[in-house]
Amino acid sequence: MNISLSDWLTVLLHFVSMSLFAIGGAIALIPEFHRFFIEEHAWLTESQFSSGIALAQASPGPNALMLAMMGWNFGMNATPAGYSHFVFGFFGFVSCLLCVLTPSCVLTFTATRWVQKNNEKMGVIAFKKGLAPVVIGSMLVSSWVIVRGDFVLANNWQVWLIALTTLVLVWGTKIHILWLLAGGAAIGASGLLGSF
Amino acid sequence: MEQKVSIAQKGPKSLAELYWALTKLALQGFGGVFPVAQRVLVEERKWFTQQVFLEEWAVAQVLPGPNIVNLSVMFGSRWFGAMGALVAVAGIFSMPALLLILVAIFFEQFREYPAVAGALHGMGAVSAGLIAGTSLKMAGSLKAHPLTFFGAIAFTVVTFILLAVFKFPLIPVLLVMGTSSVLITYLKIKHSHGVKGGE
Repeated sequence: MNISLSDWLTVLLHFVSMSLFAIGGAIALIPEFHRFFIEEHAWLTESQFSSGIALAQASPGPNALMLAMMGWNFGMNATPAGYSHFVFGFFGFVSCLLCVLTPSCVLTFTATRWVQKNNEKMGVIAFKKGLAPVVIGSMLVSSWVIVRGDFVLANNWQVWLIALTTLVLVWGTKIHILWLLAGGAAIGASGLLGSF
Repeated sequence: MEQKVSIAQKGPKSLAELYWALTKLALQGFGGVFPVAQRVLVEERKWFTQQVFLEEWAVAQVLPGPNIVNLSVMFGSRWFGAMGALVAVAGIFSMPALLLILVAIFFEQFREYPAVAGALHGMGAVSAGLIAGTSLKMAGSLKAHPLTFFGAIAFTVVTFILLAVFKFPLIPVLLVMGTSSVLITYLKIKHSHGVKGGE
């Protein structure tokens, strides 16, 4: 993949500009980064995108690390011939994470006192409650974009079955997330899923 | 307000203690850190009372950015100012990031093997289910929404269609759908207050 310095700038600027729109958390940004990285620019593959998210979920820490994994894979793809993929991956990981965190952290640092003082005001309550249904909509799109790639491949109905089973288990039981991921990994490793 | 501050005076003694507490917390959090944050900060360390923690969490949710990151910024700056905020964010990210990079390198080495590629594919499917399940759990909280349950769900569905089917970028969708939802919610709340005789 031929990726120039200005492409790097485009990516980092996108992370910066999405920071303040991460309302409801990092997961709500997944559809936007899918659109940006895969549909608009073809800088990541569907498989990199979804496995990056899966690995971030399988290892502990804040969900924002899912976004850092997109930077990781972008860096790996952007590595010029003769250089180490991991060095560029690491740079992508760290720089994208810093870019998506900095604006919202600065805002929180400066605005906390104001929100604490006005948290009971009607406008602030309306802001919080009014955004909730919209945020839930964009979170649902996040899971949709991860499996949509398989939708086109009609033979991958198994992927949909796994996703739906997980959904029911998450909703109805308190089973630990690692068991679910391990189950998915085992089914996938045994070759029961179609290829990407 | 004054009382709230005095209750929560018992905090970390040094930046190092703050860093390690948050590192430990983050390393226990799979698929989101909120439940762990509550247990560690309120029950184990007793740096917050339950009530203050929930109040801080409500503020962290209003502000843009990942909630747990906002909470760390608020939490760190409460005791050590800007330096505290920086150390707190470094605390929740540094070790998990390092670990995740090691995991990613490991998988990258073996990506060519069909079993590993298959395992990643299966985990991706589980991720999708996890996120959908969490979203639907959150949707349950819309039952008591000022817009009524169906009104709120209508906003969820239209947002979904705009992003998933029409593939609009997030910013215009958030601006249009978010603004109209917030506005109508505001009018509804104001109206119900008005009926009861003002704010």
